[in-house]
Amino acid sequence: MSANSTAVRRKRAATAGFHLGAGALAVLWLLPIALVVVTSLRSFDDIAAHGLGSWPHSFTLGNFRQAWVDGGQQRALINSLLVTVPCVLVTLALAAMAAFSLSRYELPFRRALLLLMLGGNLLPPQILLIPVSKLSEMMGVYDTLPALIGVQIGFGVGFYVFVLHGFMRGIPAEIQQAAVVDGAGPWQIFWRIILPLTRPALAALSALSFTWIFNDLLWAITVLRSDTKMPITAALIGLQGQYVSMWNVIAAGSVIAAAPTVAVFLRFQRHFVAGLNLGAVK
Amino acid sequence: MAVLTAPHPKPPVPTPSRGGRARSPRRTPPLVLAFVLIPLLAESVWVFWPALQGFYLALTKWDGVSAPQFIGLDNFREMAHDDVFRSAAVHTVLWLVLFGGLSALLGLAAALLLQQERRGVGFYRAALFLPVVFSLVATALVWQAIYQPDGVLDQLLASVGLDSLRHAWLADQDTALYAVIVPALWRQIGYVMVLYLAGLKGIDPALYEAAKVDGAGAWQRFRHVTLPQLRSVNAVVLSVIVIDSLRSFDVVWSLTRGGPYHSSELLSTYMYSTAFQSLRLGYGSALAVVIFVLAFGVIASYLVRAFREAD
Repeated sequence: MSANSTAVRRKRAATAGFHLGAGALAVLWLLPIALVVVTSLRSFDDIAAHGLGSWPHSFTLGNFRQAWVDGGQQRALINSLLVTVPCVLVTLALAAMAAFSLSRYELPFRRALLLLMLGGNLLPPQILLIPVSKLSEMMGVYDTLPALIGVQIGFGVGFYVFVLHGFMRGIPAEIQQAAVVDGAGPWQIFWRIILPLTRPALAALSALSFTWIFNDLLWAITVLRSDTKMPITAALIGLQGQYVSMWNVIAAGSVIAAAPTVAVFLRFQRHFVAGLNLGAVK
Repeated sequence: MAVLTAPHPKPPVPTPSRGGRARSPRRTPPLVLAFVLIPLLAESVWVFWPALQGFYLALTKWDGVSAPQFIGLDNFREMAHDDVFRSAAVHTVLWLVLFGGLSALLGLAAALLLQQERRGVGFYRAALFLPVVFSLVATALVWQAIYQPDGVLDQLLASVGLDSLRHAWLADQDTALYAVIVPALWRQIGYVMVLYLAGLKGIDPALYEAAKVDGAGAWQRFRHVTLPQLRSVNAVVLSVIVIDSLRSFDVVWSLTRGGPYHSSELLSTYMYSTAFQSLRLGYGSALAVVIFVLAFGVIASYLVRAFREAD
């Protein structure tokens, strides 16, 4: 009737159209995840009889037990956490230290050092694979978790230094000067002033680095050999060989392997997205 | 006490060594120096030193047991006649264009669709972003179930009467590479979307208002306001994509290992299998150098950008 009601109707149609489009997209994106979750809860006979794509006719948690115990996923998950947690903590600690020095003190060559460290992280890892595996042999740590931890720290630290440097640079100098006047040394300034102010960036980076390190495959298969030491990503490939076409067990294994990072994402979603932007868009 | 550097106004001299700004009467506190040197040492041991060795090994023939034997540029000469290398290089370029191009385009499209804050938009964003946190190995396995002969995709095709299209997607030389790209895209698009969302958020709404007043349509506003404003994000996305493409390994390795008959071989998978399965470590290192050279332009331009931002 009036122009006003047409505008309202058009707006409503646009909203409906948006939800239809975005909803379809979300469903398309979530469908593979739903598929693997459903498959992990079905019995082998059900899948064999009806196919992977059919509506489930059974419900079992046995697949998880099989992947967890017989498939060695329990140990693999423990390995992954034994690598990931120290890596995240040590990398961020080292990176925070370097970023603090480079951003708050007039060190000689600080800009060159910063870019050198970032450059190391940007190198394609392929160029490092062979020397790193030989190096870990030479150092007597080949096929041990410390070797994996070492290389993850060494390779990752440059990027975090760069990001934290950018963040710490923005902290006003006056805060630090006041502390100097009060007689605080570098350690106190770092520990009591700069680090607490850097907490948002540290939270964002820890969420991000947790998933990166946890999901890594390449470094793990470069410095590790024994099945018992492999992290969850490599173990998942092993599971696939061990349970050829037993999709119920493989799906359960995938769910187990994805659960920790999904949990971190859902819990720290805000930090996570902030972290990605911190690193890239400034 | 060392002189504190004020973050803003910028110091006039790029590398303050001597005589730049007021120098501290005393040297840099040892702790501050140690704070830089310890991380640098860790990176040197695991990255810089191995990288130098990698370049050297590219000039050798080495089985990993006896001593490496220096052969100059022979490895690179061999590449010229290596058909697998050539197809891996072609696939890598194809991967860069398809995986990189599509993830940038679709990531931008998703960001444009989901940029407005409205009810439910958080859910849609999270849905698109969720695969980013999946390991590529788990992603690959999910898609393997979909691509199986008689898997979900084939069943879907059969149910809509397209039986003729059914086949073993990953075992067919003609489709393997493309079948691998899809899961990689599924995972990457959400990541690119987040970068673009942040970029879009940074655009001043007044620009759109002004364009609207001038009578610009939706497409014109996108073309003349949005795209130019996203230039710095585009540069970041481009570098991320090129570096990610050249590094891409996990998804191919866990889906096809480069097969069948090297039809989904990338330089990264070829390098890995040459070095660690055929134990031709010299030739593998030479392949790694090729990957490095390809990545170098991007790395260099990234560093130049970073250099400008660093101070």
